[in-house]
Amino acid sequence: MMDLAKRRKIKGSIALGLSTLAAVSGLFWLTFIIFDVLRHGLPALNLELFLEDPAPPGIPGGGLRNAFVGQLLITGVATLIGVPLGVLGGTFIAEYARGTKLAKVISILSDIMVSVPSIVVGTFIYAIMVKPVGHFSGWAGAMALAFIMIPVVLRTTEDMLKLVPWTLREAAFALGASYFRVIKDITYRAAATGILTGVILAIARVAGETAPLLFTSFNNSYFTLDMSEPMASLTVTIFNYAMGPYEDWHEKAWAAAFVITVGILFITLLTRSIIHWRYKD
Amino acid sequence: MKKFLKLPFADIVFALISFSAAITILTLVVATVVVLFKEASLAIDKFGFLKFIFTVEWNPVKEIFGAAASLYGTLITTFLALLIAVPVSIGIAIFLTEVAPPFLRTPIGIAIEMLAAIPSIIYGMWGLFTLAPIMADYIEPTLQKWFGDWPIVGKLFEGTPMGIDLLTASVILSIMITPFIASISRDAFKLTPDIVKESAYALGATKWEVIKDVVLPYSKLGVYGGIVLALGRALGETMAVAFVLGNKHQITFSLLDAAATITVTLANEFTEADTDLYLSSLFYLALILFLLSFSILAVAKFFLLRAEKHFQR
Repeated sequence: MMDLAKRRKIKGSIALGLSTLAAVSGLFWLTFIIFDVLRHGLPALNLELFLEDPAPPGIPGGGLRNAFVGQLLITGVATLIGVPLGVLGGTFIAEYARGTKLAKVISILSDIMVSVPSIVVGTFIYAIMVKPVGHFSGWAGAMALAFIMIPVVLRTTEDMLKLVPWTLREAAFALGASYFRVIKDITYRAAATGILTGVILAIARVAGETAPLLFTSFNNSYFTLDMSEPMASLTVTIFNYAMGPYEDWHEKAWAAAFVITVGILFITLLTRSIIHWRYKD
Repeated sequence: MKKFLKLPFADIVFALISFSAAITILTLVVATVVVLFKEASLAIDKFGFLKFIFTVEWNPVKEIFGAAASLYGTLITTFLALLIAVPVSIGIAIFLTEVAPPFLRTPIGIAIEMLAAIPSIIYGMWGLFTLAPIMADYIEPTLQKWFGDWPIVGKLFEGTPMGIDLLTASVILSIMITPFIASISRDAFKLTPDIVKESAYALGATKWEVIKDVVLPYSKLGVYGGIVLALGRALGETMAVAFVLGNKHQITFSLLDAAATITVTLANEFTEADTDLYLSSLFYLALILFLLSFSILAVAKFFLLRAEKHFQR
């Protein structure tokens, strides 16, 4: 017969032990996935991967130059569209419209849109940009990624601007500065690191997106710089190659997966440590 | 308005520009619903709502389309993923706030969040090449050995273990959503005032009792919000499940069978749709998915806002 105190203690140790186990399992999956990507990806990595276009299906050799370039172009254009819209929108709801109903609605809506299924964005862009012209295009892919980017950037900008103390703005107002001046010279400067890291995280986030590109930029086994044509991207290439029948394709898919994973994890870690160092939290 | 026009010229211009940028998001949401609705109208007219979501058959040749099988797959994988992920994530959150030595909290927290940064296509590919064979060779036969003879549970594990099935997809999905629930729960736990916890310790409560009876009740709104948010994410996840689900339109009781979700159907069939009705039915699926996840995410947001207010008092 155990006494109550002892039973309570044992119960506690079991529960806390289980929670430790949960954390270990989380770390286990992370290392398992990363290790696997390294194990398969590293040996498949070579210079041809970046410098050559794909060989015809089934024939070994060739590279994924078209996909690397396509990925850069699509993500780049998406950034050019999505970042200004996001930053400006975030500025509006954090500054001019601060505290209003409209600001609140837009903020909540953006929060929801951040998590909305990205494949639905793909179908939407397909309907407005692919169906009317009759063919897939790099522009459509970039628009789909920009769509996903806007709410992410908008929300970080809003949060970062709100961290700037109101008294700082008041000091500038007292000197006779207009609100535009205050935003441009005071709040943007104070929040620059935060907004920039937010932007970089948003880029990293869309760079790994596949679903919205499947039926917007589609795929292209040839090298092209023309954004009005179907365009290859790393992620869609991974999807097609991994599902494909050839061993050589699988190796290339792992190599591409390696590049994407390492790139995104590196960027995420870097920006996180910048935020950590800048905001001490 | 009068006050607005008195502002300096630069302010008027900049306010208008930033206003239009902020309005874009509103426009995009409305446009998405309108466009999807318009594109789906052919299928909506033909099948209606109830008939569409309760028809199992998905037959492009006979042009009969029903969402039941895809919806079933979406709901089952999401449910199973939550079933696995919720206890694990809350365990992780407890570990990070109460158990781990302070110097380990930040690095392990970051490591768990790294899981959320890995693109879903990597999860999918890893699932196909690594997890699916493990499931087929070891885990699924073991489950069959253990539960195969049980009356109802046994039916869940019927069939040949192939690894390309509902169970594997759910496991991958659960790994993907774990970091979301864990980090939101951790943030919620952290907000419990120390003084409340200390009072409980002073009454002689053990650490686990403090967690169970003080921290968890105190932060439950935040935890609910995290869970519902993860639910919304899991519903719309595409690439992580597209590799390992097999895209087979059927309703099956066995978890070791191939199936389809709305997202997997869209990913696999959208570019192949050769008739107007086929494409329109796919848009109909997308519309249903959008409205479903939008409302669930709105609920999540509601919980999280309530939790925030709760703590501001």
